[in-house]
Amino acid sequence: MDKPVNQKAWLLVLPVVATVAFSAVIPLMTVVNYSLQDIFDPQTRYFVGTEWFREVLNNPSIRAALGRQLLFSLIVLLIEIPLGIGIALTMPRRGPWVPVCLILLALPLLVPWNVVGTIWQIFARPDIGLLGRLVNGLGIPYNYTGNPLHAWLTVLVMDVWHWTSLVVLLCYAGLQAIPDAYYQAARIDGASRFAVFRHIELPRLKGVLLIAVLLRFMDSFMIYAEPFVLTGGGPGSSTTFLSQLLTTMAVGQFDLGPAAAFSLIYFLIILLFSYVFYTAMVRLGRAEG
Amino acid sequence: MEWMAWTLPTIVFFSGIGVLLLLMTIWQVVSPSVERKGFLPIPTTRGDRLFIGLLSAAYIHLAWLALTEAVSLWWAFALSVVWLLVLLRWG
Repeated sequence: MDKPVNQKAWLLVLPVVATVAFSAVIPLMTVVNYSLQDIFDPQTRYFVGTEWFREVLNNPSIRAALGRQLLFSLIVLLIEIPLGIGIALTMPRRGPWVPVCLILLALPLLVPWNVVGTIWQIFARPDIGLLGRLVNGLGIPYNYTGNPLHAWLTVLVMDVWHWTSLVVLLCYAGLQAIPDAYYQAARIDGASRFAVFRHIELPRLKGVLLIAVLLRFMDSFMIYAEPFVLTGGGPGSSTTFLSQLLTTMAVGQFDLGPAAAFSLIYFLIILLFSYVFYTAMVRLGRAEG
Repeated sequence: MEWMAWTLPTIVFFSGIGVLLLLMTIWQVVSPSVERKGFLPIPTTRGDRLFIGLLSAAYIHLAWLALTEAVSLWWAFALSVVWLLVLLRWG
């Protein structure tokens, strides 16, 4: 028997389509329009073709910021994913400590990004900050405002502090979803703790880990407020990431044309990575049935 | 729409994308796409191949701009069209 055709559900999608059109599609089209023009004011603009794209693609500051951005995202993922899995594995599965752990882990996620930057800016200051004074008290000359390596380490530690909880919570949810029967079978087989992790927990965590990697990559690749407040992109330009450079160009220097070209290239990079992750997630979902 | 700073090339560009999407939608309604495996490492539908083709066209144009000095961008466009057709047929 043929299924009845009912297309009325499409009407329910209309609000989403309208919202996306107004909040994403139309602004994106405007950015494309801006990227091909030299704009002085709304009435005075000149078509320049692909000049801004050439300029942006050959700009050494932007290339350096892209390199820093990729390095930052890579390090963040290499630290936060294993650390998140490790913490999730050590958390209690049942009992009164579960809500306590969950609340403690959720706390950093509730702090607004610019507040995180302010907290760490004060915390890591070598003159009055608890961390800065402690490290200097141990005989290690630490000053994140003057030393690029220290600035990087501080931004990285800040990001790990802020976002590892997200990975932990995702992994914890994934671990809780594993039926007890798997662990019982492993116990009967005399499997070691590592074998349980390798052959039961890790395969069952693949889906949430992919989501965690996607979310952490996207967020770290678009990071702005925390390093902006903490280091202001310095010392020099050692912690200037793409979004900060873009903001300086668009809002600080009011170079709307080059900034539009820059943001389109930035968008295309994010789109490529998102599509790769999305495809991997879909394939994994199908493989798991 | 003055605030959107339209120019003739961007109107042509977005109209082209719009027409492409419209034609693909009609094609999908007339003859629904079946997922298949071509030379791409993943099984894809017609829409997937169009998306991959458009995304790679953007990267081809950017690479062209970054790596060449005065060579016309129409060559990158021609290359992108050929790549899109290859992808839709054998991808």
